[in-house]
Amino acid sequence: MGKGRIWALRTEATVRTEAANLAAELAAGVSHAVPIMLGYVVLAMAFGIMAGEAGLTILETIAMSVIVFAGASQFIAAGMFAAAMSPATIILTTFLVNLRHILMSASLAPHLRGLRVHSYALLGWGITDETFALNSTVYRERPRHHWFMYGTNFAAYAAWIAGTVIGVLFGSIVPGIEQLPLGFALPAMFICLLVMQLSDRLLLCAGVLAGGLSLLLGQLLEGNWNIILATILSATIASGWEKWKSSG
Amino acid sequence: MEKLWIIIAMGAVTYLPRALPLAVLAQGKIPEGFIRWLRFVPVAVLAALLAPELLLRDGTFDLSLTNHYLLAAVPCFLVAAKTKNLLLTVGVGLVAAILLQTYLPGI
Repeated sequence: MGKGRIWALRTEATVRTEAANLAAELAAGVSHAVPIMLGYVVLAMAFGIMAGEAGLTILETIAMSVIVFAGASQFIAAGMFAAAMSPATIILTTFLVNLRHILMSASLAPHLRGLRVHSYALLGWGITDETFALNSTVYRERPRHHWFMYGTNFAAYAAWIAGTVIGVLFGSIVPGIEQLPLGFALPAMFICLLVMQLSDRLLLCAGVLAGGLSLLLGQLLEGNWNIILATILSATIASGWEKWKSSG
Repeated sequence: MEKLWIIIAMGAVTYLPRALPLAVLAQGKIPEGFIRWLRFVPVAVLAALLAPELLLRDGTFDLSLTNHYLLAAVPCFLVAAKTKNLLLTVGVGLVAAILLQTYLPGI
């Protein structure tokens, strides 16, 4: 038996272990995302029902969940379609409502160094408020393979599409379902994801500050600028405070 | 058909802010101070999203008992703080919201 043969066996074994590790990370990501998936199925069902009432066809409703994949902006856009607003207004509003993802995308970058461009293109696709918060919590505890994030992000994406399909096709079968406060799944998810993040007092202060600023700025500004500005201001003040404390 | 084109444009303007910062920043060198700043983004953005969701109704403050979202948030916070269980929190929240709507209907 030549040297080459042994080497070939060894690489085959290595490749197999690596593939098993990737599969394990992917599976871990999916299993961490199960609560988000259930929340998304409920919310996306509510979206499917609401979009039908707003006059979108079945195809358009499902296409929106597949192509846009951003809950709040989809509810808003469906309402704008119903009100027959101009395409430019709908697209611009969607852009502004979803611009907050810029900060989340930047915030995940330190956890995902040195990958190939297509990995960033795919991982970026699945950044939502919820997957971002979950991944931030997990990756802060210990570094994980980026396939973990493929698991969380695409499991959430699949659930979002599945919920939309269920809502749009079967929503009308259950009478009165559109009356249920299913939309509360969203703030409920925010609450738990927020609480999971609050690991020290300064983070708690940053959260209280951001919430207060968001309310205040929301009274002064149009669109969703209050979310972005409140986040930037709060993070700047908190990190400035932290630096000042550690240097003094 | 026209709506489908609008939806595709919506997808494009949603996707770019999601992917670009990640792709650009993760490949370059990230300044230390910026990393410290980014640590506060998750908490800040969630709180900024949540506060108006719970405290405002139709754009104005509503601290009354007819604000079901605010009332239902109380058991959610308790369950989340106690268990850190996302599924349980969402379940308790939905049950609370449905019970409030049934037994304490708003005006």
